[in-house]
Parts: sequence; structure tokens; C-alpha cells
Amino acid sequence: MATATGIHHRTYRSELRLRHTKAEYFRLALMLVLLLAAPYVLDKYWLGIANVILISVIGAVGLNILVGFTGQISLGQGGFLAVGAFTSVIISDRAGVPVPISIAIAVLMTAAVGAFFGLPALRLKGLYLAIATLASQEIIMFVVRRWEWLTEGKGYLEVERLHVGGFQVERQMFEVQWYWILLALATLAVVVARNLFRTTLGRSFMAVRDQDIAAEAIGVNITRAKVTAFAVSSGFVGLAGALTAHYTETVTWERFTLDVSVLYLAMIIVGGLGSIAGAVYGAIFMGLLPALLTELVDVLGSSLPSLSDQLPALRNAVFGIAIIVFLLVEPRGLDRIWTRMKDYVRFWPFRY
Amino acid sequence: MNTFISLTIYGLSDGALLALAALGFVLIYKATRVINFAQGEFLLVGAYMFYTGFVVMRLPLIFAAVFGVLVAIVLGVVVERFILRPLIGEHAISVIMVTIGLSSVLKALVQIFYGTSVREQPPILPTGSIQVAGATVPVNRLIVIGIAVIVLFAFSAFFQRSRHGVAMRAVADDQQAALTMGISVKRIFSLAWVLAAVSALIAGVLLADLSAVEQGIAAFGLMVFPVVILGGLDSVPGTVVGGLVIGMLKQYVSGYADPGLAEVIPYIVLVAILVVRPYGIFGETRIERV
Repeated sequence: MATATGIHHRTYRSELRLRHTKAEYFRLALMLVLLLAAPYVLDKYWLGIANVILISVIGAVGLNILVGFTGQISLGQGGFLAVGAFTSVIISDRAGVPVPISIAIAVLMTAAVGAFFGLPALRLKGLYLAIATLASQEIIMFVVRRWEWLTEGKGYLEVERLHVGGFQVERQMFEVQWYWILLALATLAVVVARNLFRTTLGRSFMAVRDQDIAAEAIGVNITRAKVTAFAVSSGFVGLAGALTAHYTETVTWERFTLDVSVLYLAMIIVGGLGSIAGAVYGAIFMGLLPALLTELVDVLGSSLPSLSDQLPALRNAVFGIAIIVFLLVEPRGLDRIWTRMKDYVRFWPFRY
Repeated sequence: MNTFISLTIYGLSDGALLALAALGFVLIYKATRVINFAQGEFLLVGAYMFYTGFVVMRLPLIFAAVFGVLVAIVLGVVVERFILRPLIGEHAISVIMVTIGLSSVLKALVQIFYGTSVREQPPILPTGSIQVAGATVPVNRLIVIGIAVIVLFAFSAFFQRSRHGVAMRAVADDQQAALTMGISVKRIFSLAWVLAAVSALIAGVLLADLSAVEQGIAAFGLMVFPVVILGGLDSVPGTVVGGLVIGMLKQYVSGYADPGLAEVIPYIVLVAILVVRPYGIFGETRIERV
């Protein structure tokens, strides 16, 4: 329980709780209020950005399970997103299966593909694994581009507007309705991931990351841990991919290139490796960055008209600078900055 | 048969450029254990700097080359000193990501200053073609092979003979031992990045001369990975063998089978090598397996 002198636990059960202090419950409540109020406050444009961020929260949480918690580098995120997207759309639109079921199948499918491409991880670590996943990304993209059956030779897939049973997403309410769906799924993903690391499986992931030899010695089956880490992580990514497809209503391979893999890695680096909250912060940061930059350029555009032509390049530059600055200044990311801010307030006026 | 010979020449010249690009990559990896995802952008920056000297500033060829080299040296030193050195000892993910961030910044800078359109640059190598065993082969492709051979020989002579080259090998072998022998590891790290930037400049300029001065040059950098995995991440001779094998393989697949397949075949080779022999043909067998 929380007292004036710190947090003291008298039972194991209380120690295992995710939230220990009243302040933490208060912040949770505040966040819930903000999230629930968002569709009534934000206009369509910003709600659209919020929706994209919610999808990337799911993907970033998935990637962080693999990179941050298991220590396996993956540059194959884009490929796994593509697997999720294509699987779900083909099963729902072409085979006529209801979307929730097709998404579930897409999740399982991506998990299986992820586990398969995770097999090199049994032999490779660090740099070599990064290169192996880079190759898997390129190979998946090649298959997606060249396998004509996937897109019926058009190079892209049109996706039917989301409908489940009698419910159909309306054109007028598109962003709002999707916001509720995505908010529910993103919350679910965060809760599942957060709790995963309180289970034996999740703990074994972290053991493999921290010291694989020691993990083996205390009886963790490293082979199984690594492959399941790839599968679990890819499952989340598959969900994100399937949602991207149904939300944007088109699937093209261009949405799943190496740049996307890099973007997701940037999210978890900026947010904080090995932290579920960090993945969320990172997704928000990387989602807002281009939008805010566009706003800024619009404001400055009156005095510097040439600036708007440079917008794509500026985005790349800011993206790269953000990664570099975070790695140099605070490698543990936004999550750590937030923790330090909280500590500062809590200990004030003392420094520690 | 004619097709075979011209494909071989094209493959060899592509391979020579790949070897040059991979050389810088291997130098950095060998000396500092950093995987440089910005190698392609080093080529890009090199090509554009030469273009700036040659076309924009209208310098004679030789001064344009000197200008390019100077910029490459500055780039190498700055990147090592301000971006990589603070990250020494950090996790592999951080080091990889910082070079990815760097690649994004470099690409963006080129785009901001030069735009995305293809730039016209007068050919620096003689154009025209000659008959080789019945096949028509562009002269510039042959010269590219020649230049690459000279540069690679120059680099290996540097490693074998010069003080700095020997010091670099010492650092690559054992940093602590090198430090105790009075070698400045910091200077060697800088040197590795400078040499990488210079070899990338040469590759970039030659590549631009064969194709065009454009953003696509950076994409060539990704092909470095299959090359170095095949040859061995820390092997200089490996870059030559890897470069030539990948270069010719791509041309043969493109010529005899399918140009689309040629884009992905290096990665399939890469995965196969990783599964069978992860340290490549000449690489040091120090990979851990758990």
C-alpha cells in the first residue's frame, strides 16, 4: 500500500498489481476520460490521425514484445503487416467470411509466418538477425508484388467498407465509428501485452533478452521462447495489418515497405524499448510528428512559400533527427523521460 | 553466347561497384562493430558532391574529385565523432537505429538541396562500345571494373603496408591490445569512417556515371547486405568475392530468367548463407549460438 514514506507491500498479491498508488489510478481515469471524450472534441482530420495512431499502437506494442522484451531485432515488420492485411481481406471479401473472423484468422496466419521467419533467430543474434529479417522483409514484399492471385493482377486490393452482421460503417460517421472499434482493440492489445509479462511465457522472453545462457541454465526453453516471441509479436502486427487494410479500404504493397519497418522501430526506440507504455508513447509521437510538421509548414508557408514543396524531405529529416537525438540523449525514450518527470515531482524539493 | 558475355561484363561491373560499396561497410564493421545502414546514402552524398563540384561549380574533373573527397572526409569524421562515438558500448539495436536515422537525414538533405529530379551530368568515363568476343560491351563498364580493381588494390596495400593500415588491423583484431600498444582507437574509428565515406564516394560517382545522378543511388546500398553476408562481415577479400557473385548472379537471373526475380535473388542467397554458414565465405567464425 502507498504511504507517505513509499510503497510497502504486505502481500504478494498487492505487489503484483499493475497500479499501486492513488495517483496512478487518477492518471488512468484521466486518460480514460480524454480517450472517451476525443470523438466529441476532435474534428474528422485529427480523428483520422488518432485512428492511424491507434493502429500503430497495436503494431508498436507487437514489435516491442519482440525487440524490447525478447531482444530480437526485427526489420521485417512491414512484411508481417502485409501478411495480416492481405490474409484478412482475401478471407473476408473473396471468401465472404465475416470480418471479425477474417481478422482473427489473419492474426493466426501472421503469427505462423512470423514464427517461420523467426527460425533464423535460433541460430542468429543481434546484427545477423537484423540482416536476416531485412531479407525476410524483401522476400515477403517480392511475393506480395509478384503473386498475381493476391491482387487479381491489379497490384492492389480494394476492400469493402466494414460491415459486421447488420452493422455497417457509415460514410458520415466513418472516423468516429472506427475510432471506437480501434480504441477497443488497441486497449485490448495493450492490456494483453501488459499482462503477458506477468506470465511465465513473458518472463521467459525477458530472461532470453537479459542473459540467454543463464536463461537456459534455469530451465527456460530458449528455442520455444524465441519462436513464440516471434509468433506472439507477429500476431499483434497481423492485427495491425488487417485493421490498416479494413480502415484504409485499399491494400497495396507500397504501404508495407522497409520504410514502414523502420518507422515502427523508430516508434519503439523513441517511446522506450522494453516498455508497453513506451510503445504507446512512441506510436503517438511518430503519428503526430508529420501532422504537426504539416501544421507548422502551413503557418510558416505564408512567409516561406517554398517550404511546402520541401515538406516530404523535411519530414524525413525530422524523422531521422528525432531518432538520432533520442538515441544520443535518452536511449530509453519517452517512457524514461516521463518517469523522470514523475520522480522529480514526487521527490520535490529533494533531488533524490 | 553473346548474351552470356555481355551479362558477365555487366555483372562484373555491378559487382565491382558492390565490392567498393561493401568495402566501406566492412571497414566500419571490422574496426568499430557498427552495421552502417547509411552506406547507400554515403554513395548518394558522394555522387551529389561530385556533381556539385563538377557541374554546379564547374571545377575541372580532378578538382571536382578532390572536392568530393574532402566532403567525404568531413562527413566521415563528423558522423563518427558526433553520432557513433557517444553510442560506443550501447546495444546493437541502438547502433543500427542511429545509422538508419542518419540515412534518413542524409537522404532528406540531398532532397532539400537538389530536389528529386534526375540531374544531368556529362559523362566522365568514355562512352561508346567495343566488341568483346562477339558481344557489344560499353567501354565505361570495362573502365569501372578497372578502377574498382585499382582502388581495391590500393586499399589492401594500405592495410598491408602503411602504419595506419596496420594499426587498423590491430584494432580490428583486439581493441584493448591495440590500446596498450599506443594506438589511438578513437583515431582509428575516425579513419574507418573516413575511408568508408571515400570508397562510397568512388562507388557513388561511378554508379552515377553508369546510370544517373538521382535518389535511386541510395537503394543500391541495400544490396550491400547480401554481399557482406556472403563474403563475411569482417572480410575485405570477401567483399570482392561477394560483390562479384551477387553482381553476376543478378545479371544472369535478370537476363535468363526474370528481372523481377533478380531483385530478390540476393536476399534469398542471403538467407541461405545465414542458415548454412552465417559467417560467410571468409568471415571470422565468431558467431555465438545459443
